[in-house]
Amino acid sequence: MIRAIDIKKSFDDVEVLKGITTTFEKGKTNLIIGLSGAGKTVFLKLLVSLMKPTEGEIWYDDTNITKLNKRQLIDLRKDIGMLFQGSALFDSLTVEENIRFPLDMFTKKSKKEKQYRVDEMIDVVNLKGSNAKYPGEISGGMQKRVGIARSIVLNPKYLFCDEPNSGLDPKTSMVIDDLIHRITKENQITTVINTHDMNSVMEIGEKINLLHMGKLAWVGNKDEVLENENELLQNFIFASPFLQRLRKRALGK
Amino acid sequence: MILNIFYHIGRFVNLFRLMFSKPEKLSMYWKEVARQMNDIGVGSVLIVSMIALFIGAVAAMQFAYQLGNTFVPLYYTGYVVRDMTIIELAPTITCLVLAGKVGSNIAAEIGGMRQKEQIDALEIMGVNTASYLIAPKLIAALIVVPMLVAISAFISIFGGFLAVVPTGMITEADYVLGLRSFFVPYNVFMMFVKAFVFAFMLSAIPAYQGYFVKGGSIELGKASTNAVVLSDVAILLSDYIIALILT
Repeated sequence: MIRAIDIKKSFDDVEVLKGITTTFEKGKTNLIIGLSGAGKTVFLKLLVSLMKPTEGEIWYDDTNITKLNKRQLIDLRKDIGMLFQGSALFDSLTVEENIRFPLDMFTKKSKKEKQYRVDEMIDVVNLKGSNAKYPGEISGGMQKRVGIARSIVLNPKYLFCDEPNSGLDPKTSMVIDDLIHRITKENQITTVINTHDMNSVMEIGEKINLLHMGKLAWVGNKDEVLENENELLQNFIFASPFLQRLRKRALGK
Repeated sequence: MILNIFYHIGRFVNLFRLMFSKPEKLSMYWKEVARQMNDIGVGSVLIVSMIALFIGAVAAMQFAYQLGNTFVPLYYTGYVVRDMTIIELAPTITCLVLAGKVGSNIAAEIGGMRQKEQIDALEIMGVNTASYLIAPKLIAALIVVPMLVAISAFISIFGGFLAVVPTGMITEADYVLGLRSFFVPYNVFMMFVKAFVFAFMLSAIPAYQGYFVKGGSIELGKASTNAVVLSDVAILLSDYIIALILT
């Protein structure tokens, strides 16, 4: 479990996050949603300790990560996996080498053991036959899947995904969502997803945190979204007139 | 302006402090060093050789031409080409060329990784990015650039021979006599000192420029240009300082 306690973050005189307190639960897909500029990316960067909060604490189970020194942080990061918005794959490495990179860097496994683990991951993300291809030779959806495989190859306890569906078509987005959800359940990972994809919210939003202007505006789950009357939530999820009509019809109004 | 210079010097020193920490896995670092040696060294042999050949040829021709109507013996051509090449042309011209070729490549590679969040990805994994991305490039440059400079010196002297002997400007015996006259081994030492210092400049400055790049493709282009310009200025400045100290 991850706990964020009264998190504030300022850049010069601009306060981007204004005191956020929430929890991200183990074995669940926890979503951070909100309009562009709401502070989602900054919040995610604080959660993975790429930045330090101006005020507040972040706890990974029993560890306050805001108090860790660089060495301790490096040790902690071996328990973290992250999928980046643009996948962040290494261009000079093949699909297989990208997935194997954390194993090469941090484990003393034999070549055979590493290969077995890489094959296992390629199987999980359904990328058989693409082992020798370079990131530039595969589609955006496939790159995301390679990114997921690389982020979970060391069996992390915490998985962070920054806009996993950006730039993908709805069908591929569903595949990615299903994959993240399945991995979360099977490995009992604490997964935090930063998204503004409405389908993701409705499909895998087991815990949803809505950010608005640097504050936590609503917390709930996908089953509560349709009926909840929170104006900010409804304006975000059902933004277009078409979706608003659909919602009204679904509620029988 | 002055504050800005101190800011960059401070950040540069801090980056290098981070670089000299214990590697996560030595074998991975050596693999990267080998890759960089190939990119910087093997990838630059042709351009360095071509430039050295012509520089040597032009230097020899110009000098033989200048000596044509004087009482200075013609064999001095070989002597002057040799010393000019060893002391100045081979290290400086080679490294100015490498600053353009290798320096812009290093800045663009690291800057591109920053922009594509690959550096963030490495940090999230727990990799010391300052060390993993910069140290292998620096080590590779320190190994390979002196070799390139030595190759360049040989080819430049050979270029001088090709330019003046077959054309009949001076005889082969005169040119070789010049090459063998007044040789001071200390000059070779000076050439390698320059090569090491310039190798550091042309790899460290672009790495710094690329590592801290912010923004999009325009900023990356600027960082790449700055890397080359600043490396060139640093090479010429340190050339002067080394000359002051060692001569």
